[in-house]
Amino acid sequence: MFRTISQRLLPRCMSMRQKHTLPDLPYDFNALEPVISAEIMQLHHQKHHQTYVNMLNQTEEKFMEAKEKNDLKTMIALGPMLRFNGGGHLNHSIFWQNLSPNGGEPEGELLEAINKDYGSLENMKNIFSSATVAIQGSGWGWLGYNKTTKTLAITTCANQDPLEPTTGLVPLLGIDVWEHAYYLQYKNVRADYVKNLFKIINWKDVAVRLASAKQ
Amino acid sequence: MFRTLSQRVWPSRTVLVREKHTLPDLPYDYNALEPVISAEIMQLHHQKHHQTYVTSLNQAEEKFLEAKEKNDLKTMIALTSQLRFNGGGHINHSILWQNFSPKGGEPEGDLLKAIEANFGSFDTLKNGLSSSAVSLQGSGWTWLGYNKSTNSLAVATCANQDPLEPTTGLVPLLGIDVWEHAYYLQYKNVRADYVKNVFKIINWKDVATRLATARQ
Repeated sequence: MFRTISQRLLPRCMSMRQKHTLPDLPYDFNALEPVISAEIMQLHHQKHHQTYVNMLNQTEEKFMEAKEKNDLKTMIALGPMLRFNGGGHLNHSIFWQNLSPNGGEPEGELLEAINKDYGSLENMKNIFSSATVAIQGSGWGWLGYNKTTKTLAITTCANQDPLEPTTGLVPLLGIDVWEHAYYLQYKNVRADYVKNLFKIINWKDVAVRLASAKQ
Repeated sequence: MFRTLSQRVWPSRTVLVREKHTLPDLPYDYNALEPVISAEIMQLHHQKHHQTYVTSLNQAEEKFLEAKEKNDLKTMIALTSQLRFNGGGHINHSILWQNFSPKGGEPEGDLLKAIEANFGSFDTLKNGLSSSAVSLQGSGWTWLGYNKSTNSLAVATCANQDPLEPTTGLVPLLGIDVWEHAYYLQYKNVRADYVKNVFKIINWKDVATRLATARQ
């Protein structure tokens, strides 16, 4: 209703931008213990993800101001901040849903797809783990869906580069291997963190993402 | 001696005798940089992270030489990423340990003159290094480097373990490691506090020596 009034009163006004907000976790901070400590979950959610949200909002605001002034150089210069913080917000929003204290195992169409493209769940997990552990620096390992070839794919992205804008793959399951995701608990042993993470994957969420991507 | 013997016994064939890289000792105890950097971080950083770069570098070099022996160019090329990452990690951390000192201090002499000539003041340099380090996206290093062509200092950043000189041509003088493993156990997400505190333990004599050497 507010938009309609503003559109009537100020026909050339700036578009009304909704601010991004930090999504709630679907479980308590300690729900994923002993795989991920409450301390890590709290810092990861309330500090890291919150910062991406704040910085994304600031960046979008600056972008719109630049657009109003037709300042193309600034709009372009803001690209990396948009990608980094926007990607951070997208990635972590998926991540919290990808995890669950009682995640179960893949079944139905998801399991069929995994078996078809990787032979078995074990094989998929091995490939996914090696690719993710081998990431140089900060980044994410992803199980994604290729809409063109209708197949699953395992790939990695650097820093907070979001999977779909970067590769075209639809994100199904992400593994965050920035050191802040595991260091307080696992120190330098990223391999142990990745191995344990498979105990708390919310396979129902992964299945829902696949079903949506196939529509 | 081994190299000379192989050349005398097999004069027509040069056998590549590769020296393995080793983890350099720290010039101080693990707790020497407290309270700026905790002993726990120093020990993990040195004995786990740097050691892993050394071990993986040796492995990558060995595989590279095996591939060279077989003229397997594809494998040689495929190995360059491991060489850069682990080689860079070894180079960077070897500099880092020398860049630190429990006593800290301030830049003086020729180094201070160069800083003032290029940045106006030491404070301006610190601000430049700090903002660069804090805003680095992901893992990487912020460097104070020396440009031999222009005889000037520069602040630069490199991603991951990309080593400064092979990547940019600048000679590394002082590096700030902002990989989360460098500070997270103590500073958590507040990288800015870590970067601010790190200036208290910089070994400016080492930085000055590197500049003097680069200028030769």
